Amino acid sequence: MNTRVVELLGLKCPAGVHPPSQKLAAGHAIERAPLPKSVALPLQQHIGAPAKAIVKRGDEVKVGQKIAEADGFVSVPIHATLSGTVKHLATVASPVTGHPVSGVIIESDGKDEWIELTPADSETLSKEDILTRVKDAGIVGMGGATFPTHVKLSPPPEKSIKSIIVNGAECEPYITADDRLMLEETDRILRGLKTVMQVLSVKRAYIAIEENKPEAIARMRQGVAEGSLPGEVEVVAVPAKYPMGAEKTLVKSILNTEVPEGGLPMDVGTLIQNVATLAAVYDAVALGKPLVERVVTVTGLVGTPKNLLVRFGTAASSLIEQCGGADPSADEVIFGGPMMGIAQSRDDTPILKGTNCVLVKRSDIREEYSCIRCGRCIESCPMGLMPLQFVNLVKKEDYESLANYHIADCVECGACAYDCPANIPIVSYIKTGKAELRKAGVR
Amino acid sequence: MDNAKRLVLSSAPHLRGGASIKRDMYIVILALLFPTAGAVYFFGLYVLPMLATAILCAILTEYVAKWMRRQSFHMDGSAIITGILFVLVMPPRTPLWIVVVGSIFCIAIAKEAFGGLGHNIFNPALAGRAFITVSFAGALTRWIAPVHSLLADGITAATPLGEGFTTTLSDVELYKALFFGNVAGSAGETSALLILIGGVILLAFGLIKWQVPVFYIGTVALLSFLLGQDPLFQILAGGLMLGAVFMATDYVTSPLTTRGKIIFAVGAGVLVVLIRTWGSMPEGVCYSILLMNAFTPLIDRYVRPKPYGYVKSRNKEAAS
Repeated sequence: MNTRVVELLGLKCPAGVHPPSQKLAAGHAIERAPLPKSVALPLQQHIGAPAKAIVKRGDEVKVGQKIAEADGFVSVPIHATLSGTVKHLATVASPVTGHPVSGVIIESDGKDEWIELTPADSETLSKEDILTRVKDAGIVGMGGATFPTHVKLSPPPEKSIKSIIVNGAECEPYITADDRLMLEETDRILRGLKTVMQVLSVKRAYIAIEENKPEAIARMRQGVAEGSLPGEVEVVAVPAKYPMGAEKTLVKSILNTEVPEGGLPMDVGTLIQNVATLAAVYDAVALGKPLVERVVTVTGLVGTPKNLLVRFGTAASSLIEQCGGADPSADEVIFGGPMMGIAQSRDDTPILKGTNCVLVKRSDIREEYSCIRCGRCIESCPMGLMPLQFVNLVKKEDYESLANYHIADCVECGACAYDCPANIPIVSYIKTGKAELRKAGVR
Repeated sequence: MDNAKRLVLSSAPHLRGGASIKRDMYIVILALLFPTAGAVYFFGLYVLPMLATAILCAILTEYVAKWMRRQSFHMDGSAIITGILFVLVMPPRTPLWIVVVGSIFCIAIAKEAFGGLGHNIFNPALAGRAFITVSFAGALTRWIAPVHSLLADGITAATPLGEGFTTTLSDVELYKALFFGNVAGSAGETSALLILIGGVILLAFGLIKWQVPVFYIGTVALLSFLLGQDPLFQILAGGLMLGAVFMATDYVTSPLTTRGKIIFAVGAGVLVVLIRTWGSMPEGVCYSILLMNAFTPLIDRYVRPKPYGYVKSRNKEAAS
């Protein structure tokens, strides 16, 4: 039954909000973006230690060539996404933090020459070989979290993983990259899933897709029926309610269980993989192809919203141009969705591994009023928290009490602020509170 | 959009829903129009100058208070609601100077002195009524029967809960009169029907929880039944309906969580029966809500939602 109907009937429903879906680019097949003249590749496009550059100015590189080496276990290498010359090593603005990070600028020779790829039969590879290939390909969680995938696929031995949840929920408004990928690259996703199930010796998988994507659900069901997946794989239509795609929300929806406080999905025997990550795993393991590009939805106030296949390091501005340019009234460029995405100070910021969307919009900054205690934030919080108390405590600078209200469990999904009638930027207050707690060393 | 143009850096979420304080308040005003129209219909045109005076005084007081505290004044509609509610809980022939004093008290003392909208502990309109009750006791003793012409003066009559209330009506006729509002009482409290219409509007827009009126009224019905009183009469007479739909549901002065709201409603229901049965006043709705307002911070301290992940997973086999 449709989520809205369930809610109207007053039946049990997950917490969250219903922002208008605005999937403007849903009907546009994935298009390859023209190769840019140059790319800017920050050496940190993932959670963990930044990669270490192994090229110097003037080096000739080919597409897929490693230009920076992983530094430690929780780190991944970075590869050249153009063939050409290393123009210089520079500091570039990180689209995630806004802070300068070191990076490599590559100037294209226009030839798009690739390194020689070494395909393999994934079914005969050992687990270790598969994980090495995943790490060497520089794969990270492409849903936006950018956690190194080989680390996620190496759970400590005491955690037994019984199921995989494939995240195709794509609950953020506007974004259609995963939707298109499921429609057009079903096979690569399912092959990637097969490899992941093989690595973890898992016999059960759920593919979670929001019910507002019936075509993707049908296509994936068909793919599962046709494919030879090792075990039972079920495509689950989950309620279209933001933030359905958050890991813990998915675990609750699919497995009807909750990840214990402070824990990870592996604590309840499951592991979540985004659909784009799985496609990248297939490319890496079977084809030996490193991660150099991804599908990015370019949408909002642009001429024609599109889903573009983009090499990392491409400036967002060139993608916006390709979609017919930005509307003159637009004054915000967001990387990611409108709910959790990050506003960029420049429109030439490079696309990275975790950038699933470039959203061009008009700013909507509203005057903040006093909280009227309506309780909407409590009702919309998927983590069962009381967001208004965080605001009150941060205003009072009573940071110690924040822990009593479980601030650490907040996933910053923004459902509370979306629904706030007083326009209180609740997530900003929560971020301040978390930062103050870290400063004070309170856990 | 070129690089020369400065991009706006706002913090996520970059998308906001349609909720606004103003929208909430104007929906409440819309819902209040029904009992307000009833007040004019049953008690005559004199209610209109009362309303105008109360609303104007409420807005002006808020404006002055904001100016004195060097804060910006927003016409968010909350002062209008306080003005209307104050009139609805007062006798329909209250002298205008008392309306002036009362509505100034509502805003200046009960609301702005605590920090303004969102910070007040007590429901402003009820605090105003309580203030008038203790300061000008005479004002709350003169009640009139519903008028036959809109310009009529009104004949003094007892309220259904008041001492000396007698009726020649049969039981069924009395219930009907109480349900439609054709009895003596505060300006806006008499018509259960019109209040319920307002309640349906508030429910439809999601501004109130059904649990509040249901548990409040249900508690009064159950307790009065146990005490051998007529539960239906206890529900329909007096200000219970108006209080349950429009005052016990006030965001600012009632608990945050639904469980907390239920505790609040049950507590208020118990107090109504206690005051009506053993108190020195005929009616207890106003004080029942004001007293529970005082408990709201305590309820909010202890009644919290269960955070995600704080129970042991019940469905372990689901993962296998």
